[in-house]
This record gives sequence, C-alpha cells and structure tokens, in this order.
Amino acid sequence: MQSSKTMLSPETSAPAAAHLSLNNISKLFPGRNSWTDRLLRRTSKEFMAISNINLEVAPNRFVSIIGPSGCGKSTLLNIIAGLSQPTTGSVSINGQSVTAPGPDRGVVFQNYALMPWMTVAENIRFAVETVYPTMPIAEQKSIMQDYIGLVGLRGAETKHPHELSGGMKQRVGIARALAINPQILLMDEPFGALDALTRGFLQDEVERIWEQERKTVILITHSIEEALLLSDQIVMMTRGPAAQIAQVLDVPFPRPRRRETLDQYPDYHRLKTAMEQHLSYETRAVEESRIRP
Amino acid sequence: MTNQALRATTAQPKPILNPDQQAFLLFIAILLVFLGLWELGATLKIFLPIMPSASQTIQDFWFWMSDPFFDNGPNDQGIGLLLLTSLRRVLTGFLIGSAIAIPLGILIGLSEVVSKAVDPFIQILRPVSPLAWLPLGLALMRDSEKTALFVIAITSIWPTLINTKFGVSNVDVTYLNVARTLGASRWRTITKVILPAAAPNIVAGLRISLGIAWLVIVAAEILLSGGIGYFVWNEWNNLKITSIITAILVVGLVGLIMDRLFGLLQNWVSFGQRS
Ligand SMILES: Nc1ncnc2c1ncn2[C@@H]1O[C@H](COP(=O)(O)OP(=O)(O)O)[C@@H](O)[C@H]1O
Ligand SMILES: [Mg+2]
Repeated sequence: MQSSKTMLSPETSAPAAAHLSLNNISKLFPGRNSWTDRLLRRTSKEFMAISNINLEVAPNRFVSIIGPSGCGKSTLLNIIAGLSQPTTGSVSINGQSVTAPGPDRGVVFQNYALMPWMTVAENIRFAVETVYPTMPIAEQKSIMQDYIGLVGLRGAETKHPHELSGGMKQRVGIARALAINPQILLMDEPFGALDALTRGFLQDEVERIWEQERKTVILITHSIEEALLLSDQIVMMTRGPAAQIAQVLDVPFPRPRRRETLDQYPDYHRLKTAMEQHLSYETRAVEESRIRP
Repeated sequence: MTNQALRATTAQPKPILNPDQQAFLLFIAILLVFLGLWELGATLKIFLPIMPSASQTIQDFWFWMSDPFFDNGPNDQGIGLLLLTSLRRVLTGFLIGSAIAIPLGILIGLSEVVSKAVDPFIQILRPVSPLAWLPLGLALMRDSEKTALFVIAITSIWPTLINTKFGVSNVDVTYLNVARTLGASRWRTITKVILPAAAPNIVAGLRISLGIAWLVIVAAEILLSGGIGYFVWNEWNNLKITSIITAILVVGLVGLIMDRLFGLLQNWVSFGQRS
C-alpha cells in the first residue's frame, strides 16, 4: 500500500495535520413560541444543548467523544464541521478561527450520505473535483483509485450505493472524506448503523488506515471498545441539557493496536470500567429525569 | 386449530398455476363474460337499437386495426394517422409546458421569496379545467392548431411545476451538508446535487402531466378539429358507435404505453431512492 505522501501532489497537500481547539462553546437551540406555532401546536422550549465546552486536540491525535445519547455530541461535531454555528465560543484550527464548512475538515456521516445517483467512483470524484477543481483529470482519477484501494473497494467502482451493503457504503464515506486530504477527520457514529461483525471489520480498517494517514480525528461513538481500540484520548460528556465535558481519559496503549490483544494492557480494564461507570451513571440520570422532570 | 393449520400448509396440493397465470385466466374469463353479456343484450334487444353488438364491434375494431394509415382526405383517415396527429400535438404542447414548468419549478424550489410571490398565481390557475383556456387560446392565436398546443402546454405545466418545486425544496439535507463540507459552489450544488436528487420527483411530475395532457387532448380536439378527438365526435355524428369504442380502446392503450415509458424513466433516475 502506498503512503499518503505519494498520494497527493505537493501543491495540493495542506499541512499534514492540525491543532484543533474548542473555546468555550455553547449551543442554545431557540424555542418556538410565536402565535403561528401556538396555533399549530408546535411550540418548543429553548434548549441549551451543550455549554462551555473547552478542548484542545493536538495534531495527529485520535480523539473519541462518548456520552449518553442526546447529550449533544452531534451538535458539537456539526459545530466543528461548520455546519452549525455555536451560540457562544469559537472553533479554531491552527489558531485560525473557523465559522463555515471547508475541505480542511472531512466529515464521515452516520447515514453514509452518499449520493445515490453517483457510482462509488463518482462519489469520490465529486469530492476531489469540488475541492481541487484545477487538478488535472488524470490526477483526480488516480487519487480516487488510491482511496478506493485504501478502503478495499477495488472492483466496486461502478456500483451505485443502493447496490452496496452498509459496511461498503461507509467505506465509500471514509474514502470520500479522506480523498480531499483534510487536516481533520470528523466522524459521527460512523459504524452505528452496522451489525457487530461489520463494525469490527471497519474499526480494524480505520485503525489500519490511520496508521497510514495520520490525521487529527474526532470520532463520536457509542462503543466503549471502539473508543479504546482507536483513540489516543477519550472525551466523556455529561448528560444534557447544558452537557459538558466530564473527563478526558488518556489511552496509552502502543500502536499498531490489535483488538485481540488490547485487554492485555494493564490500563485496559481500568479505563473500560471508568467509561462504563460514567455512561451508566449518566444514562440512569437521564432516565430518571424523564420519569420525574 | 393447529391440526387445521398443519393440514393447510402440508396437505394442500400444490397449485398448478402461479398467481400471475391465475390472474390472466381470470382476466380472460371476465372479458368473455362481459362480451357474452353484451352480445346477449344486443340480440335480445335490451339496449337501444343504435348500440352495436359485441361481434360487430370486434369486426369494426379489426377493420380499423388492419389498415391504420389510410388517408382519403381530412375527414377519412386511418386510426393510426389520427393518433399520430393527436400524439404530435400532445408531445409538442407537453414539451412547451415542461420547458416552462421545470425551470420555473427549480427557481421557486430554490428561492423562498420567488416561491411565495408566485404561489398565488399557481394556486388560482391550477384547479381550472384546461378547457377553460381554449376560448382564450382561440382569441390569442386565431388558429385551432396553435390553440390545441396552448391548451396542452397549460395543462402540462401544473403537475410538473409543483413536483419540481417539491423535489428541489425537499432535497435530503445530508446531501446538501456533504456539498457544504466540501465547499461546493452554489451552481455546483444545484447541478450536481439538487437536480439529480430532485429528478425522481420531476419525472413523476412529467408523468402526471403527460397523462392529463392525453386526457385533455380528446376533449380539446372535439372542440377544435383533427386528431382522434375529432374522430370520436365525427363518428358520433355518423352514429358509428363501433368506431367510438375502437377509439376509446386505442386512446387508452396509447395512454398506457406512454405512462409505462415514463415509469421506466422514473426507475432509471431513482437509483433505489424512495418515490
Ligand atoms: N435543531 C434542533 N432544535 C432543537 N433541539 C435540538 C436540535 N438539534 C438537536 N437538538 C437537541 O439537542 C440535544 C443534543 O442532540 P444531539 O447533538 O443530536 O445528541 P447526540 O448526538 O449526543 O445524541 C438533543 O436533546 C436534541 O433534542
Ligand atoms: Mg448524534
């Protein structure tokens, strides 16, 4: 397999990785209470999803975010991606504040978000061509081929998404996000919709790919094992409303990591227990607040 | 209870015909019963004397089918030629209408302001019977051929317009987010994402438009002249009911074929998306 350096021409390759900082980020979803809303019975209260999130992610770090469902993980990732604006605070990459989406951040979506009318190759080409419009076609094609190879999809180039399994679709999603050579890779529960076996395969793939293409990665996940296998750091969030960062765990296991041998490291069980306790405590609190608001 | 269920699943002899074959046989049976009752009613003189028997209708149907393209002047043409005249009008009018409806639909789908501004016009004009436009067309064009195109064009606009607008303004937000995260320009987002995503809806609109245009052409031609609609009216004046029945069947068949073709087109642009 080629290394990332040969995949990208020098004039298009951005700095290989980036420092991401989240400064004091809050998100308040405004409520709906106008008279038309009241008439249509669709009023809602304003909702503080996340509040005061501060996080520094060093270059080339793989960071997972884990927390009870509904706590605001997607909200946070969308803010980092620039798809949504924080109510307060700012996101900066290498010290530069960012407020809009851009190809310096590649996004892998939970529901794959492949264009159904494009083949596998066209989906990836679309991304490359959008980000590097002046790049010669031959070079665009070779980048596309490289990344199709990287995620193990050779032979499926001319298939449309509806002909692919969920796992294969997400491989395309990952290839598309990487093919634009982003500095930061953002993934929102990328394997959440896959069955356990496929999820395991894709986690191993991501681990292998990340060994080749070190990038700053933010991964949102529900899975403790997934976080432990892939991350350098695990950010645990509290429940909402006004969810915050409860704790950041360092995952000191050497790389490359293997799923089978991971539990032999002395810290494995300590970390796993800490995460399980945190998640079950927060989830139970969420359940209780539903019963007795 | 369980015994019965068991017997139902195991002991039942395997049917010789699959459901499709059964349905086909039933279809033939219904057709034969219908024709038989018709023939019986005619021989027993239950209907008015003007009503032909089934056998006579089939004979005349066959006469029209055996030589569809004869041409003895404008009032004596084969049914194929008549159909071609109507088809040409419908397709031309449909193309004109679609050429207005699709760009306009895209525009109002993309812009909320334009949408709100244009909406009152659409809402008021859409429910109007296309034939109400016919006198206006005659006044504007002073020509029955152009008036037919005018009426068909107006007819074809509404379903395509509304479906195009719906498709364009309801593109799945995740596709738009993909384009945004890549930093795609507005133009690129429209041509590469929004239009292909809306294509199934647009084609669905075209399909409905063409269907309605084909409904309307017969009525319009009764009022104007030429084509299969005029033929129907003419044969009523000649008291040739068999010709009218023939025309009804043929018009239905052509409508069915056009609908199926658009159904294929719809599948072709859908790529497994719903709708
Ligand atoms: N557009 C919105 N308007 C109002 N509330 C929202 C909106 N988007 C998300 N929320 C609320 O914000 C909270 C966090 O949502 P989300 O970030 O999707 O959670 P997670 O990804 O952690 O499961 C949820 O309670 C959700 O109901
Ligand atoms: Mg989420």
